[in-house]
Amino acid sequence: MDFTKLLEITLGAILINNFIFSQFLGICPFMGVSKKMDTAAGMGMAVIFVMGLASAICYVINELVLMPLNLGYLQTLAYILVIAALVQFVEMFLKKAMPSLYSALGIYLPLITTNCAVLGVVLLNTQNHYNFIESLVYGVTGGIGFLIAIVLFASIREKLRFAAYPKAFEGFPIALVTAGLLALAFMGFSGMKIW
Amino acid sequence: MNVKKQLKDGLITQNPVLVQLLGMCSTMAITTSLFNGLGMGLSVLIILTCCNIVISLLRKIIPNDIRIAIYVVVIAGFVTVVDLLLQAFIPALSSALGVFIPLIVVNCIIIGRAEAFAAKNTLGASALDGIFQGIGYTIVLVAMCVIREFLGTGAFGGGLLDPVKGLCLDGTGAGFQIFPAEYGVSILTLPFGGFLTLGCLIALTQYAMRKSEEKKAAKKEEVK
Repeated sequence: MDFTKLLEITLGAILINNFIFSQFLGICPFMGVSKKMDTAAGMGMAVIFVMGLASAICYVINELVLMPLNLGYLQTLAYILVIAALVQFVEMFLKKAMPSLYSALGIYLPLITTNCAVLGVVLLNTQNHYNFIESLVYGVTGGIGFLIAIVLFASIREKLRFAAYPKAFEGFPIALVTAGLLALAFMGFSGMKIW
Repeated sequence: MNVKKQLKDGLITQNPVLVQLLGMCSTMAITTSLFNGLGMGLSVLIILTCCNIVISLLRKIIPNDIRIAIYVVVIAGFVTVVDLLLQAFIPALSSALGVFIPLIVVNCIIIGRAEAFAAKNTLGASALDGIFQGIGYTIVLVAMCVIREFLGTGAFGGGLLDPVKGLCLDGTGAGFQIFPAEYGVSILTLPFGGFLTLGCLIALTQYAMRKSEEKKAAKKEEVK
């Protein structure tokens, strides 16, 4: 087990190559669900869960089904179906086992299917030839990066209401500019290296 | 069929990125050179049109409960086709766009148009909608690329155009250097520039829309 590599993946996914701020994956839910702190945190939690699980399952499917059968060209199709089924399954499971969390997440749970961070992490796992453990770690830490980003952003956005800005920037544009400034802050991590 | 209205909807009043605020991930991520932007825009245009046609043809057969799953399968099929074609014929574009080509599957524009338009309209109208919305998306991408590339590096048409070779489709064009690169605001080519440029473009759209609405209201007052 190569712990340095795992640490590198972890720091990379959370800080250096944050999914939102440097890879532009998962912007839609990031913008859509960040108006309030608590829903943002709930969404982040759900994303961590789905990203970790999707990474693990897609790795197994890719290695045990697609590769032996030479069906590599079906990857995208297989992955998106796995993610859609997984989200549906998680939804049913939470409904039965943890109804309080289920009602807290509400509409955001099914929306995760179209979150490009989830499909993105799975495709990147395959592209980078990560093994099972590395895929799982990349999925979970990528989700943690998403959680940090969305919680930071939501807490700023709650205060934006009291800020003065040109009327044309109302709503989306000012949120985008704010996210840009956060991205600028995250750029400070870009020089970090692990020995 | 109202072609003129559809065209205006796709390009301006219902522009997928600037007004409907869909498909922002790719809009910000790959708009660093004209080559990438145009390539991505045209790929989405082709996929969007094909998906709209197929979904419009199938709209009476698709059961309502599982329609999203069927849309996703249709979209993923076309995305795979385009992905493989790009890998075979324009490998430079395929490697430049990387993971964002397969990610067209979850691009909200395509599933959004399938749900909002193709599922309810005839074949011809859906095909036109796909083309016009695709053009609207491409225009925004190209605008973002031109702004970010020009202000960031002082060049125009990187990858696609070359002062010596003219138009090159293999992504090797050097672009026209309009002012020296060291005077460029290089931060615009970084992720921050993507957020900032798109934010400003959307703000500009909102401003223009409000102005034109005010004008219309003023005209109505005058008539009264």
